[in-house]
Amino acid sequence: MRPRFIDLGAKDTRSGFGVGLLEAAQRDSRIVALSADLMGSVKMEAFAKHFPERFFQAGVSEANMIGVAAGLATTGLIPFVGTFANFATGRVYDQIRQSVCYSKKNVKIAASHAGLTLGEDGATHQMLEDIGMMRGLPEMTVISPCDFNQTRLATLAAAQWEGPVYLRFGRPVVPNFTPADDPSFEIGKVQVLLSGTDGVIFATGHMVWHALQASYALEEKGLSIAVVNVHTLKPVDEMGILSWLEQTPVIVTAEEHQVHNGLGDIISHISTKYRPRFVERVAVQDTFGESGKPDELLQKYGLTAHHIIAAVERAIQRK
Amino acid sequence: MDIQELEKIAAQVRRDAIRMIYAAQSGHPGGALGAADIFVALYFAHMRHKPYPFSMDGIGEDVFILSNGHICAAWYSVLARSGYFPIEELKTFRRINSRLQGHPATKEKLPGVRIATGSLGQGLSVAIGIALGKKLQKDPHLVYVMIGDGESNEGQIWEAALFAAHHRVDNLIAITDRNYKQIDGDTRDVLNTDPLEEKWRAFGWETLSLYEAHSLPAILSTLREAVSLSGKGKPVMIIAYTTMGKGVDFMENDYRWHGKAPAPPEYERAIAQLPPTLQDF
Repeated sequence: MRPRFIDLGAKDTRSGFGVGLLEAAQRDSRIVALSADLMGSVKMEAFAKHFPERFFQAGVSEANMIGVAAGLATTGLIPFVGTFANFATGRVYDQIRQSVCYSKKNVKIAASHAGLTLGEDGATHQMLEDIGMMRGLPEMTVISPCDFNQTRLATLAAAQWEGPVYLRFGRPVVPNFTPADDPSFEIGKVQVLLSGTDGVIFATGHMVWHALQASYALEEKGLSIAVVNVHTLKPVDEMGILSWLEQTPVIVTAEEHQVHNGLGDIISHISTKYRPRFVERVAVQDTFGESGKPDELLQKYGLTAHHIIAAVERAIQRK
Repeated sequence: MDIQELEKIAAQVRRDAIRMIYAAQSGHPGGALGAADIFVALYFAHMRHKPYPFSMDGIGEDVFILSNGHICAAWYSVLARSGYFPIEELKTFRRINSRLQGHPATKEKLPGVRIATGSLGQGLSVAIGIALGKKLQKDPHLVYVMIGDGESNEGQIWEAALFAAHHRVDNLIAITDRNYKQIDGDTRDVLNTDPLEEKWRAFGWETLSLYEAHSLPAILSTLREAVSLSGKGKPVMIIAYTTMGKGVDFMENDYRWHGKAPAPPEYERAIAQLPPTLQDF
């Protein structure tokens, strides 16, 4: 019997960050936080209320916020900066590159509202290139947890991790299906949620749930498809991924990100390095999003369980 | 240390910077010569700092950040001569496998450098963060930061200006290296920043003018005045009216010396104006 992941009660991943940040701060007095006029949206209010002297409102000045965080980290503190993924990456790429990564400062970048599922605000705010930008930076660790519980755990783990971290999460309420204190979560290690013998889906972030639904549906058709949660995109668990590439030629990736520079490229890179395989990618196809409801956007841009099932079927045909 | 001694060091720092840039056949002589006196005043007379062993967090000492990192040749000389690292190491400036990178960096662990700077506009924000970190950790020491006037074209400088005033970062003393020169020409022709003092005042900073930015007594007295203004709810800005290329007549006030090394005949003319006052590296 394969495990049956069920929704324990839908929640937004950004709230997992808020809960995790408060908990981390209660455990470690070195933790401070900054927000760029989005403390409510990024769920930093509880932290600011409990630790007003450790919270700095930066206003709509993201570049300065990254620099101030690098300075706080220089003195031995552990700053978390919070804003939307768009303003946490592209807008401040050079600040992150020079003041944080090149200078090796212990700054944690908490990026909410990542991906298409930000929804109605549209493409100006739908960051789909961030994993690529952040994983390209030396010294950076990139984490994209799959649900509320895992975002909380990732936040706690990031607080203890030495060095810059990019923590990516989202806006909408989504299924919460991993255990509250999941002992299998560890930065840098893939999580095998479902085993399988006929193929594997590597997924990250919100797409992990959709990958599970795809696998269950394919089970009805007599196919046994593994689901591997690649929550850490850097440092990537090469051996954990390679063991699946060795086992099956049916490889699918699923991510709420551009088809370039994200999980699909990561898996392809490992594949070309050790075990060449075709890789079917479920991702946004080099286009900008638009306004709409999260589910409508996932449907229109090809990021649902149905699209993953189709990708698995294509992969089986290419075998 | 008496003023004559400081002037001797400053003269040698200028000589070091030109020798370093000439040897590397690359670097930024104009700004380095212009800021040398201020660096010497800070490190040899004004700041309470601990060169050795170097501590990255800077807790328990005054900290200096060079935001306009390109002028680092003179800063490196001052760091070496004030005991952060061996003076001989100055000869490795901009060479492969050196700790003295073309722009300041922490990766090679050069003592005295706490943040990478070079891409402009970022160091002031970092200095503010260090100042806040000192406050949170009850460290009464001050944070000093130099920015360029060309650098003040960057939007991040003005984000930082707003932030420091809003958060009452009053343990911070910033210095603008106001030489009116940037890469493509005079600041008034490239992107005018005048009136600069009024801007900083309007942003809520205590603002001082240092007109004699190459007089060590004047620099030191302005720094003391800045300290007396600290701790009163406002960050402090010193506008230092420096002369780019100070000490080498043909480099003075000539923006073309922003970022190029002298050719051999130019080097001979320059170095003749900068006789050694201390042991050369």
